[in-house]
Amino acid sequence: MDKINMVQSLNQTLHDIMEKDENVLIMGEDVGVNGGVFRVTDGLYQKFGRQRVIDSPIAESAILGTAIGMAISGLKPVIEMQFSGFSYLMMHQLEGNASRMRTRSRGQFSVPLVIRMPYGAGVRALEHHSESKEAYFAHTAGVKVVIPSNPSNAGPLLKAAIDDPDPVVFMEPKRSYRSFKEAIEDKHPITCIGKAHIIEKGDDITVISWGAMMQDTLKAVKRLKAETGCHPEVIDLLTISPMDIETIIDSVTKTGRCVIVQEAQKSFGPASEIIALINDHALMYLEAPVNRITMYDIPVPLFGREHMYLPSQEKILRDLKKTLNE
Amino acid sequence: MTLHTLDNFSIDYLQILDENGEVDTDLEPDLSREDLLKLHYYMTFSRMVDSRILNLQRQGRLGTLPASTGQEASFCAPVLAINDTDWFVGSYRELGGRLMRGEPLINTLHFFNGFEEGSLNPKSPRTLPVSIILASQLPHSVGLAYGSRLQGEKDTVSLAIFGDGSTSEGDFHEALNFAGVLNAPVIFLCQNNQFAISTPRELQTKSATIAQKAIAYGMPGIQVDGNDPLAVFKAVDDAVKRAREDKGPSLIEAVTYRMLMHTTADDPTRYRDDDQVESWKAKDPLKRFFKYLNNKQYWDEKKQSDLEIELKQVIDQAVKEFEAQKEFKPDAPFDYVFEKSFHLIEQQRAQFLDELNKETENG
Repeated sequence: MDKINMVQSLNQTLHDIMEKDENVLIMGEDVGVNGGVFRVTDGLYQKFGRQRVIDSPIAESAILGTAIGMAISGLKPVIEMQFSGFSYLMMHQLEGNASRMRTRSRGQFSVPLVIRMPYGAGVRALEHHSESKEAYFAHTAGVKVVIPSNPSNAGPLLKAAIDDPDPVVFMEPKRSYRSFKEAIEDKHPITCIGKAHIIEKGDDITVISWGAMMQDTLKAVKRLKAETGCHPEVIDLLTISPMDIETIIDSVTKTGRCVIVQEAQKSFGPASEIIALINDHALMYLEAPVNRITMYDIPVPLFGREHMYLPSQEKILRDLKKTLNE
Repeated sequence: MTLHTLDNFSIDYLQILDENGEVDTDLEPDLSREDLLKLHYYMTFSRMVDSRILNLQRQGRLGTLPASTGQEASFCAPVLAINDTDWFVGSYRELGGRLMRGEPLINTLHFFNGFEEGSLNPKSPRTLPVSIILASQLPHSVGLAYGSRLQGEKDTVSLAIFGDGSTSEGDFHEALNFAGVLNAPVIFLCQNNQFAISTPRELQTKSATIAQKAIAYGMPGIQVDGNDPLAVFKAVDDAVKRAREDKGPSLIEAVTYRMLMHTTADDPTRYRDDDQVESWKAKDPLKRFFKYLNNKQYWDEKKQSDLEIELKQVIDQAVKEFEAQKEFKPDAPFDYVFEKSFHLIEQQRAQFLDELNKETENG
């Protein structure tokens, strides 16, 4: 089987789904003729036509707002925010309407749609193109938030998001878009939202990450094993909300140690939430304080310095050793 | 080098039934006696319900609610021009319009009493719930219209209703722009009631009319006397026909007046003169429509008095049922967060019920 990258995985999935379900529709800025600035929607316009692949005016609020109407009418819109940095213009439609329509109408209307957006640093982009704001979306009741980490799970997770009957924010770590390829298994284990993936089983320390940080984490874990001979349990979170509490707690209960690696700034992020969950359910099993490796609580620097600010493989390795030895 | 005019535009104003109930027979829409009486019924009903719910609120039996008295023509007449299969996408000040769409009055009461159970319309699967955030419902109307067409419904249109304050919101402009570009069959109906809480129309926009904003989005715009039910109906009916013929969206500005407060939490004496309110009383939509129907010999004082007695009974009955069923299960807000609930939410529901029990036990 040929190896493909994450963009190809997402693109193939969209082709397959649109082929099978004529109610699936794509809308966003430059998603049609141009195939999206990262080419995730490449070829869809040519195959499915302009009525189902809409090059929209540049207005993020109306992209989501119109998609909400489409979803209520029976379609399944998959919309694109060209960069997550532009998504704040749609926030009130997400918080005010997409997330609440089911509750507001006592189940009469639902909003099954997917909001795709590339996010995160590391591709030397301009200001507003590098943030990791998954916490914004996850802090909204009625919305699910998922983040794939590799070509193998990107496609299945996108399919699960499109199949979901509620609004799903699908965040694509753009640093991982083309940085590596994988041969895609026919049956990938991750096909449902709300389930984390245990990449490696182990008893000594739980290591949790998601998105682009997953690759750095895996490399650091590999070095840790080589250097110390320990057995870490590595968890790819995949769903930020609703979080797979069971998998996390089962693991931490077993290992007694936990390190969380997130690209987002430190305070009020998913890592903080994981620590709170451990506090609720597994505090007495801990043998060391839970450590979170994160960005700092400052705006993401312009790309000249971003490599200095992202958690590095070295930093992850140092902190893993520290938590292991505490 | 050259300097020449690229475009010219003008905006029409439409009034068919004037303040004195005189009708322009050349413009008069061809409405059946039954339709006219239906419109009259709901305009009267709406006025009476508005008055009653304000009283109930003042007695502490309902929560904060918006007043709609004086605007009945603007929100009832449009509903007469659409079908049940069309989408009704309103804001929060179109009481009689929602009643015409089948909303049971008891639901209206539950909603204004702060219970989600009242916010849906079980009689109409194509009427969206109240939308509080100004203009945020307008992009929905575009998507609904586009979506229904894409799924093979050849005739379906959306009727979107909003106020003059909403026209300053980005979503108003974005929605009109999307509707234009997508050629979506939407009727944008602005109830220009002169005020956004305290802010007068002049401070919302420098445009001479709201209707002319349509031009910038490639659709026709018209201003109508919003207290003239015939003019509002005619303008909406024309726009519906255009939309059904795939000629795209339209914008209608219905010039009316909010006779009472923005909501029960508002005191309009802080920002407007009684003289202005008095001057609009003469333009009342119900009074002139009564004269029109009376002149046609469809209606008279006796029938009006009988109708008001009948409607009072309907309202009394709904209030009675409402008072009898004020309590709902406390954990209902956990029910519809997602189609399929999950562990965390169910755990919190159990915790909430447990806490509630403890508080009940402690009296």
